[in-house]
Amino acid sequence: MSGPVEIAFTVNGEAKTVRAVAMARLLDVLREDLGLTGTKEGCGEGECGACSVFVDGTLVNSCLIPALQAVGTSIETIEGLAKGDALHPVQEAFIAAGGAQCGICTPGMILAAVSYLRDGGDAKEASIREALAGNLCRCTGYMKIVESVARAAAAIAREERTS
Amino acid sequence: MMRCRPFRYHAPRTVAEAAKILRGEGPDAMVLAGGTDVIPNLKRKQFAPRTLVALRRIGELRTASDDGLTLGAATTLDAIARHAALPEAHRAARIAASKVATPQIRNRGTIGGNLCLDTRCTYYDQSAEWRQAIDFCKKAPGPHGTAIETPVEQGICWVAPGSPRCWAVSSTDAAPALIALGAEVTLVSADGERTIPLTDLYADDGMAFLTKKRDELLTAVRLPAAVEGWRSTYWKLRRRGAFDFPILGVGAALKLDAGGTVEAARVVLGAVASRPLPVDTSGLVGGPLSDEAIDAFAAKAAGPAKPLDNTDFTLHWRKRVVRAWVAGALRELRGDDSEEASLLSRSAARIPEPLSV
Repeated sequence: MSGPVEIAFTVNGEAKTVRAVAMARLLDVLREDLGLTGTKEGCGEGECGACSVFVDGTLVNSCLIPALQAVGTSIETIEGLAKGDALHPVQEAFIAAGGAQCGICTPGMILAAVSYLRDGGDAKEASIREALAGNLCRCTGYMKIVESVARAAAAIAREERTS
Repeated sequence: MMRCRPFRYHAPRTVAEAAKILRGEGPDAMVLAGGTDVIPNLKRKQFAPRTLVALRRIGELRTASDDGLTLGAATTLDAIARHAALPEAHRAARIAASKVATPQIRNRGTIGGNLCLDTRCTYYDQSAEWRQAIDFCKKAPGPHGTAIETPVEQGICWVAPGSPRCWAVSSTDAAPALIALGAEVTLVSADGERTIPLTDLYADDGMAFLTKKRDELLTAVRLPAAVEGWRSTYWKLRRRGAFDFPILGVGAALKLDAGGTVEAARVVLGAVASRPLPVDTSGLVGGPLSDEAIDAFAAKAAGPAKPLDNTDFTLHWRKRVVRAWVAGALRELRGDDSEEASLLSRSAARIPEPLSV
């Protein structure tokens, strides 16, 4: 079973089928077979979080997942976050607060923030820092990233109050 | 960019089927649970299995018993960190799980995987090229690692070059906490199953660090029913507040009577040997948790801890900090500050690390 195998799964709501070798990682399949290069490779060892995606709603490092284990799952990447031209509140907040610099960590950072907020996370700095503890950034010093997530949390809370 | 070497992949749906595959494949097979440690190690060619037996499809490994005390080995660390049904007396299990690595790793990594975590060493957890440059080491003596039934005479231990054994460090957070709680584990093979105290799963050898046979599968962890008066905690020392493996772990559980006398105690050290190290607690039992009793116990507990120069921080400091950390954990069980609060205030860790190495 070391030759290419067929991998059928859902990516950002669309059914996809690719052929990949057994040792390919979910990250490789997303970037190289499907052209979804928003997911970045940083360390390739599960340390930096740049390759974070959702698998069946759970935030994971896609560099640690054999592509074979994606069969039948539903994947969500940074490309699937915006609804058409409408950015996700976390994306809006990163723009407003200057949460991105070089951009390599940003997709993973944003998905980690989305995971935190979907879990009901609030604007408390300590909780935000803990939620982002699996994502390294080598530019910002994290201050503006934390501020971005706090802004997004406040925006989502406002939205919930008015709706 | 590092890539895994080709492997065959099996994804059985039952424990029985997995046990059969492991028996059939012999030493060429490795178990793949969450993959958060095995996959990076495969990329660095620390070992070279021909076959991976993935546990993801085995539903019975993810279930918990009705009383919440028996946990399937493939339960994620995140699920254990949030396991509200665990009695308060067993909070050391939740704390330890919540301190492993990062949210992403805890979402994928499993309790069984953490208990069976490969031992770690500065000279071993490196890329194949790095290890080749020092002519490899005993634990992975060839260009494709191996560690699978390597004769012990082969290769050198760079930490202790005169030593006949490997000194890689037990780096599981879950084990010291769960041993302190009195956990048992169930191992299943094609021949049947056996349940052993968790502490008996480990051997003090960097290479043969598990007593589990290669074709046995760790299927479940069983915690004892909570008894009135027991309380527990886990303290973890590391350079950063996330990501890092422990440089020291202290799992501690105590039973206090109404007057504050210690009726029973279990204290286990992590990351100071090739196995989790249970501490003799007889000196603590029968007396109160006074400052004097705690300090005397902590000083003695640090004795058997023999950190070597193969993880982060200087080893002399690591040796000295054991005493402070054990005392801190016990003071927390007495009702003083938790690890986090303690670090902010009185600081158990305020033993400065020497600047020069």
